Amino acid sequence: MEDFVYFFTFQDPSILWVVLGITLLGIGSAYVGTFSFLDKKALLGDAISHAVLPGICLGFMMAGEKNPVYIVTGAFLSGGVATFLSSWLKRNTKLSDDTIIATILSVFFGFGIVLLTSLQKSGNPEIAGLNSFIFGNAIGISEADLMLYGGLSLAIIVVLTLMLKEFRLMVFDPQYGKAIGFPMKFISFLFNVLMILAVVIGIQAIGVVLMAALLITPGAAARFWTDRLNPLLILAAVFSVLSGILGTYVSFVLPQMPTGPWVVVFLSMFALISFLISPKSGILFRYFSRKKYLRKTHRDHLMKALYKAKEEGKDGLLIEEIYELYPFQKAETDKSIRDLNKIGFISKNQSFINLTEKGISEAMRIVRLHRLWELYLNESMNIAPDHVHDSAEQLEHLITPELETLLEKRLNYPILDPHREPIPRPDKP
Amino acid sequence: MTFDSNAFLIIFTGSLIAISCGFLGVFMMLRKMSMTGDAISHAVLPGIVIGYFVSGSQRSLEVIIGAGLLGILATLMIDWLRKRARVQLDASIGITFTLLFAIGIILINLLAYKVDLDQECVLYGEIAYLPIDSWITKSGLNLGPRITWLAGLNFLFVCGFIYLLFKELILTSFDENFSSVMGIPAKGVNLALMSIVSYTTVSSFESVGAILVVALLVVPPATAFLWTKSLMPLLKLTAAMGISISVLGYYLAYWIDSSIAGMMVTVAGVLFGISVLVHSKKPMWLGGTSSVKEPFGV
Repeated sequence: MEDFVYFFTFQDPSILWVVLGITLLGIGSAYVGTFSFLDKKALLGDAISHAVLPGICLGFMMAGEKNPVYIVTGAFLSGGVATFLSSWLKRNTKLSDDTIIATILSVFFGFGIVLLTSLQKSGNPEIAGLNSFIFGNAIGISEADLMLYGGLSLAIIVVLTLMLKEFRLMVFDPQYGKAIGFPMKFISFLFNVLMILAVVIGIQAIGVVLMAALLITPGAAARFWTDRLNPLLILAAVFSVLSGILGTYVSFVLPQMPTGPWVVVFLSMFALISFLISPKSGILFRYFSRKKYLRKTHRDHLMKALYKAKEEGKDGLLIEEIYELYPFQKAETDKSIRDLNKIGFISKNQSFINLTEKGISEAMRIVRLHRLWELYLNESMNIAPDHVHDSAEQLEHLITPELETLLEKRLNYPILDPHREPIPRPDKP
Repeated sequence: MTFDSNAFLIIFTGSLIAISCGFLGVFMMLRKMSMTGDAISHAVLPGIVIGYFVSGSQRSLEVIIGAGLLGILATLMIDWLRKRARVQLDASIGITFTLLFAIGIILINLLAYKVDLDQECVLYGEIAYLPIDSWITKSGLNLGPRITWLAGLNFLFVCGFIYLLFKELILTSFDENFSSVMGIPAKGVNLALMSIVSYTTVSSFESVGAILVVALLVVPPATAFLWTKSLMPLLKLTAAMGISISVLGYYLAYWIDSSIAGMMVTVAGVLFGISVLVHSKKPMWLGGTSSVKEPFGV
């Protein structure tokens, strides 16, 4: 608890610096990553983050020491070459996207390892610092480094915010953008530049392999909560910053723990929770709405059976007869009967079940939609009468009143369906 | 040049690994699953760490089982995210492998005092030490380098797997719907392929490292694919390329004194680059024919 207070009151300026750095970094990469996620290029970030390795090594060789400017420039250039090559290969060969990305990623990394091994064998003592560029070390970043990287992150955020409209066009409708006179080629070039910058900066905090998470995961998680771009970007940034701070906190409390992996674990937690519980597109929500729909169709079918019994002159059905209609579904049938009884569509007398006034009109509506659709399929689509039942069985739950009026008009207010059964019509007052 | 048994062993082992990876890679590429291979090679890390922790040795059966299980888990998780949670494929790959890799690194740090393993060794690997690391039986008989045996065993597994499931692999790669009509369990074949990819990754990671396994899985098939479209030549070209990159990679690395595995991949990249230049859709001024400009190409 003491640690908690000490950490979150930011008494220690170095904690403040690290948290500030990781916040800027998180916002920047979540921002860029969400756009590339929407552009269906999520893994390009992964390729870039592996591809900067040769650049880092070359920058180190040029400078002869761990000079951030040289290394960032080198990393940026080799990331740029990789990005350019991947889009060039896509245009000029028949290879598929994922093959191209995997090829670029592994070849650049392999070449980087050749350079790295040569460097290690050269015996330069500064080489130890190079590893933190590859595996990331958020805590180990010095204040001077932080100024450079924080400044660059801030630049990314500002450019993206100012040019939100242009990037929105690039992701959603580049053709339209071109038609109304935006320089789309330049915009996507600029976006690639920002993306490479974000990767180059992020790697030092989180490492080559895990950088992809910082780009992809916030956007993917936020996508489950909203369909609009602005809330999406904000939410992605929030997820990213929260996990960044939590990850830093864990590695502060447990000093042997690395920051990067914990940030990724927290990010993935946010993502998995979003996948599960988000309304509309979450797994749980979709499961329950499917359940609900299935129960509704079951109730509708039960009402239809009761209505048919009424047509045949019976007053209602015995509960055993209903069970026989839906073999192996006793529990569902019981539930439907209970629910219908509660709404007041049926009345239950011992084991005898019949429709109430309200129930009759509802059942009539369903039967009517069913038979209208059968007739429509038969007459307008030329489908044989013995083939139309199954489709009608599904659509009777979905046809809206507007569609019903249209169908009726198109079929010229029919009386009989293809099976020579009457199409019921409520008496107009 | 005199015959150098160490050089021969390294090149031989490198070729075995490159060919096994290449064969599997051909099918991965045809299924558009190259990035899944990348994901698996990262995702096996926690399995390796746990296996290592349980058995106390880097070369035990537990490590292979752990990594194999994690490889399958990664495949299932990608599939689950894509089908059930409806995340787009590239994002589900990215989320899966980063999460599993992060867990692996956390485990390494958690068990740092008990496990002599670091992420570098998983990512890089070094084939040059292979001749020193001999497999010596209890009676003191020296059977030669252990990794060569592992690579040979893996090569046999891969060849056996492809030989036995050749028809199924082709059918499920090219026409999944037709294969299900024929009664071939496409999902089962897929899982089998993924598990053998995980196994190959584990048995090679010591010598070439996880990311270079990906290179061997992807680059030779991609290069061969630029030259031919039919399957048998594709497999043969991939194998030929596997051997040539081992030979060239070894001698180049020897020459500039650098990582052999890294050099193998660099050579593969150069061969890929040459093939692309020969076979790309050339612009008009180079005598090409297919310079159709899309009217609204952005």
